Amino acid sequence: MPKLTVNSIEVEVEQGASVLQACEEAGFEIPRFCYHERLSIAGNCRMCLVDMERAPKPIASCAMPAADGMVISTQTDRVKKAREGVMEFLLVNHPLDCPICDQGGECDLQDQAMGYGHDGSRYKEAKRAVEEKQMGPLIKTIMTRCIHCTRCVRFATEVAGVPDLGAIGRGEQVEITTYLEKTIASELSANVIDLCPVGALTSKPYAFISRPWELNKTESIDVMDAQGSNIRIDARGNQVLRVMPRLNEDVNEEWISDKARFAIDGLKTQRLDKPYVKRDNGKLEAVSWDEAFAAIAKNLKKVKPNNFGVIAGDQIDAETLFAMKLMMEKIGSPHMDCRQDGAYIDSNARGSYLFNSTIAGIDEADAILIIGSNPRIEAPVMNARIRKQYLASGLPIAYIGQSVDLTYPAEYLGSNASILADIAENNHPFCNTLQSANNPMIIVGNGVYTRHDAKALLHHISEIVKTFDVVHKGWNGFNALHNAASRVAGLDIGFLPGKSGKSARAMLADAADEKMAMIWLLGADEIDTNMLENTFVVYQGHHGDVGAHCADVILPGATYTEKNGLFLNFEGRVQEVRRAAFPPGDAKDDWSIIRAFSAVIGQPLPFDTHEACRQMLVLSFPHFAEIGQIRSSRWKKIGKSGKISDEPISAGLTEFYMTCPISRASQTMADSRTSRENNTKQIAAE
Amino acid sequence: MSIHDLVADDQPENFSFSAENEDKIVKIIAKYPEGRQASAVMPLLDLAQRQHDNWIPMKAIELIAERLGMAKIRVLEVASFYTMYNLKPVGKYFLQLCGTTPCMLRGSDDVTRCIKDKLGISSGEMTSDGKFSLLEVECLGACVNAPIIQVNDDFYEDLDYDSTETLIDALSKDAPPPIGSVKMRSGSQAETGPTSLEKMAAKSQKKKSEKTAGTAAEQGRS
Repeated sequence: MPKLTVNSIEVEVEQGASVLQACEEAGFEIPRFCYHERLSIAGNCRMCLVDMERAPKPIASCAMPAADGMVISTQTDRVKKAREGVMEFLLVNHPLDCPICDQGGECDLQDQAMGYGHDGSRYKEAKRAVEEKQMGPLIKTIMTRCIHCTRCVRFATEVAGVPDLGAIGRGEQVEITTYLEKTIASELSANVIDLCPVGALTSKPYAFISRPWELNKTESIDVMDAQGSNIRIDARGNQVLRVMPRLNEDVNEEWISDKARFAIDGLKTQRLDKPYVKRDNGKLEAVSWDEAFAAIAKNLKKVKPNNFGVIAGDQIDAETLFAMKLMMEKIGSPHMDCRQDGAYIDSNARGSYLFNSTIAGIDEADAILIIGSNPRIEAPVMNARIRKQYLASGLPIAYIGQSVDLTYPAEYLGSNASILADIAENNHPFCNTLQSANNPMIIVGNGVYTRHDAKALLHHISEIVKTFDVVHKGWNGFNALHNAASRVAGLDIGFLPGKSGKSARAMLADAADEKMAMIWLLGADEIDTNMLENTFVVYQGHHGDVGAHCADVILPGATYTEKNGLFLNFEGRVQEVRRAAFPPGDAKDDWSIIRAFSAVIGQPLPFDTHEACRQMLVLSFPHFAEIGQIRSSRWKKIGKSGKISDEPISAGLTEFYMTCPISRASQTMADSRTSRENNTKQIAAE
Repeated sequence: MSIHDLVADDQPENFSFSAENEDKIVKIIAKYPEGRQASAVMPLLDLAQRQHDNWIPMKAIELIAERLGMAKIRVLEVASFYTMYNLKPVGKYFLQLCGTTPCMLRGSDDVTRCIKDKLGISSGEMTSDGKFSLLEVECLGACVNAPIIQVNDDFYEDLDYDSTETLIDALSKDAPPPIGSVKMRSGSQAETGPTSLEKMAAKSQKKKSEKTAGTAAEQGRS
């Protein structure tokens, strides 16, 4: 461990650390543009110059490995002058358009020019101008502002794993572009907007919308997938204007998916802002809350509790699920399910439905087998973590399911379910890899859980876990990868069929057979609503999506940006969604809708505030109080041997951009999908 | 300069290496250790350029990327970095005129002027008959014999306005004059003749002039 002196402060840093990191360790901030701790070192901006004893000239601290006995000074006149020189050159070709630049107010170049810039320019020649590039519907380019730090190029190549970006030309003619100006084929592409230290790459949907200092910033959690990426919601007044990632090393590092960032324009359209009741003429009519509740209560009276069920969707907070469960218990119906996709999950073994290794645990894995999932679109940020581990260790990765490009080399074992049996019986080439791995990981996705023979498949997977010691002391390598943000909370709370209760699939089948007279859809839109034609449907949710189209009564609820609530990500990590804006019109918080309705039917739930609701939830399930934490659980054998169908194993999702009511209402997501499809078509045409 | 200015608008539909070049490619790639095939990108680009009328079409870039397991943009980065790779068609005689300081001091501006007068083209342009194109480049590394024009692979040195005119006339008739110094200097010897090692110089001069005469005669025949 090298020991060195920075401005006469002695620091000890890890072997391989750079001088820049040593300076930070000593408490001195070094200005930089190209250096980024999560990317490889480029050393091309020269802003991080520092003085090193016995060096004839200042050194680029980001690219100089710290060594024993170095004496570094960061505050000498020479350093200041050198940095001022670098800044002057960077500004030679940088336009003076801060007043119309979207980066203004959060621009590294602007900030550092305050420290190292001159008040006037000595440059009298013509400035260069660069044509804009097309990078798809998410990223706006103003390439004249580019200072060629190549952070975006390195991000696309290293983190996203899609080497689409590059710097063409040389010297003064260098330009950053995609190959033939195609859309960046990544689900993480928009992170380059955050990485860009200047205003060259900015957010297209957010262009000219607002200034950073006008925004109210709310720290929250993304619910577009089940990873629970930490986000910051920026709102002005009651409008959510943008979503940015928040740093959380254990969950999303500092990346978020394009869907998490840009689906928010869907919050503005197709919103349910009033309760509706379907009249005899088949038309929905806006009514008051009382009328809507009365209509439901009237129907509920006619229906036996056994003919009434609730299906919860994918973006419901834990409090709402809890309130609904309590109400169902009071009504006396056992039919409730939080698995609208029909996933088979054994809720008795908590350790068998979590992502047990944790996301950070991927960094310790030395072999990965993915079954029935395409993590690239189901949890893109987690997928980037697998790629990171691949780059760091070159670990073997194999997958069973649809053949896809995961952004890292992965062996495709096929889609036949019988492969699982082969592996379990130690009769497959990949067994050797699993055998020799110390920390093998198995990721099981919805492609397995939603199959009718999931039980039998899980039996084989359990066998694999046992045979290859996937779960052993200090390591739990069994990982369930869910797609629904509310799934783990739902399972923990037990929002599942009670005694002789029916699963979501069974409820829908019964509804089609007119055996289920009434169904309450709690934000459930990803179901086959044709089966609900003869059923009295209550839809509680925030968007006029398929669920609302088949509803007899609509109760307008709140989206994840408009409520406080708890979500558990697929690791089982408790995280809090916070309100950044208020629901539109008459729409209300979902828990309060259920509370109000419970009073209408004379069975009031024992809480009046959100806090009281959460307190009760925590009393019943104490681990919900441990915000940010994971309560780990022991893995138990799951599944049961049985017949396996020949149907090939698919991935949990085949579509990234439009998967929930919010993203389906989002124009930006629709544009992104079209533009990615065009990319593919172009390649196919070639 | 966007990508559209950098590469030709009119791109061929297909590109494939000739059988002879395929053999060369195998040898070139074999020079590099396993997993480092990408190192062969520059010789392969050169092969493509020589095979394809002295310019590299995008299809060739894509083919090379595929062959070496590189991203297309990585190959384009290399091809666009070096001025020696042409991404647009060039004339039959591709004149690369050095304009760096030593050549400039020795009168490269006169050479530029001559080309403009004779052919009507400036740097980056091509004559309408497609016979000549001109590119001003950085140091060609023969400053002792400045100013220099590189015609395709050959250097013509010690040029001035008049000798450039003669050179262009000869090229127009597809009769390239002997390469090297147009003042018939041997290497970088002083114009007035050798000032030291005179005997040795005279010997080598004799040898060289015989050889040049031979090559010129050969060139005349072909």
